[in-house]
Amino acid sequence: MEAGLIEVAAPPVSCPPRAAGRTTGAVGPSTAHRTGFLRLAGAVAAKDLRVELRSREVVYTMAFFATVIVVVFSFAFVKDQRALIEAVPGVAWAAVVFAGTIGLGRAFDREREGDTMRALLLTPAPRLAVFAGKTVAITALVISVEAVVLPLCLLFFNVDLGAGVLHLALVLVLGAVGFAVVGTVFAAMLLRVRSRDVLLPVVLYPILVPMIMAGTKATGALLAGAAGDAWFWTQFLAAYDAVFVIVALWTFEALVIE
Amino acid sequence: MGLSRVAVQKVGKRFGHQRALVGVDLELAAGEVCALLGPNGAGKSTLLGILSTLVRPTSGAVTYVDGDAARPADDRLRGEIGLLAHASLCYGELTAVENLVFFGGLYGVADPEARAHALLDQVGLDGKARARVASTYSRGMVQRLALARALIADPSLLLLDEPFTGLDRGGALALGQRLGQARADGVIVLVVTHDLEAIAEVTDHVVVLRRGQVAHAVRQRGFTYAELRDLYHRHAD
Repeated sequence: MEAGLIEVAAPPVSCPPRAAGRTTGAVGPSTAHRTGFLRLAGAVAAKDLRVELRSREVVYTMAFFATVIVVVFSFAFVKDQRALIEAVPGVAWAAVVFAGTIGLGRAFDREREGDTMRALLLTPAPRLAVFAGKTVAITALVISVEAVVLPLCLLFFNVDLGAGVLHLALVLVLGAVGFAVVGTVFAAMLLRVRSRDVLLPVVLYPILVPMIMAGTKATGALLAGAAGDAWFWTQFLAAYDAVFVIVALWTFEALVIE
Repeated sequence: MGLSRVAVQKVGKRFGHQRALVGVDLELAAGEVCALLGPNGAGKSTLLGILSTLVRPTSGAVTYVDGDAARPADDRLRGEIGLLAHASLCYGELTAVENLVFFGGLYGVADPEARAHALLDQVGLDGKARARVASTYSRGMVQRLALARALIADPSLLLLDEPFTGLDRGGALALGQRLGQARADGVIVLVVTHDLEAIAEVTDHVVVLRRGQVAHAVRQRGFTYAELRDLYHRHAD
């Protein structure tokens, strides 16, 4: 027989109609279609956070690494026996971004272990809901690290932000969203690449540069009491997030399918 | 209504310079168990990946037919596909029930918890094991959980990659019976396996892949182990 042809050695087997044979009726005719995007994204995020709460592996590693960075730099940047306040923006954002990269890599390593990213992409849930869910979970992890970094910076560098602390919190949350959006796309894309640990920062950081610059500028402006400048950079961060949310939604599905 | 037929037409897949599949033609029908045989590196898992919509073919097309109409390869189509892969596709940090409830939710299963317990009964994961996180399971238990995950949405296209791996004799027997039940229910079943003895009786369609091409294909209601072994040696070796 020639390759590629199908030889029928016996009459085709009878094929019972699927509807007649289906016994459990576990899925309604359009139940999956009706389930909302937000509910599905929420389910993915809740699962990621549940897994993390159970092990606390990623958040502890990130927090420890960020703490080490803040402590080391608070001793490194000293002038007249006082920690240099001007170093705070760079130290805080470096701690968040570096710790975030560690967390991002580990969070996606989990998906690789049981090949569960494939399982997620195989479900009828819109792939953008999977992206949104994972982004929300990463954002939560980064914010939890920022919640450690910010008080440490204020303490070690002896900074009193006053009412500006709320504005700084907003800046950090916007930074966390931007980091998570861009990071989730690239971490998912590199999931099957052998040298992903090396490649992730290499491809991620150049795209994060505008976000890091805006974050440090906004933080610096808040420390200097220049509210106008701080708002400009805050808006820049919000625009950065909006642009990359759109780009990520547009490209995610194409990037994760082999 | 689920899928009634899947047609693979001249499908090819390249990974860089490596040709994994070359002009593969294949037709899968409802109520049939198709055994996809072939040596390592023949392209079996790649073909499964393409059928599951997770891998894009470089050339050719796959048509999913529901009744007489072709189904678009959209989100809803994926709800009709159950995949058991080499990896468990389950989270080691979650228990069996948590895994199935989570995936059941993504598939839009009406009562995921009840469905999870029903499936775990079917695959033989007892109550004690269900409460443990999956990372503590033996290979066979992981395989049972993976099978339950593949069945969570009652798929009309069931793709199984080496489903007998790690299963004890009882588990393999139960899986064979489950495949027979799926056939009776009108499910399209494609099984990649080297365990010819376990699959022989329920197989209606054998396709042998070699170097990314269909080397032989034959339809027959049930095979004997000797027939399958002979087919394999003649066309795959």
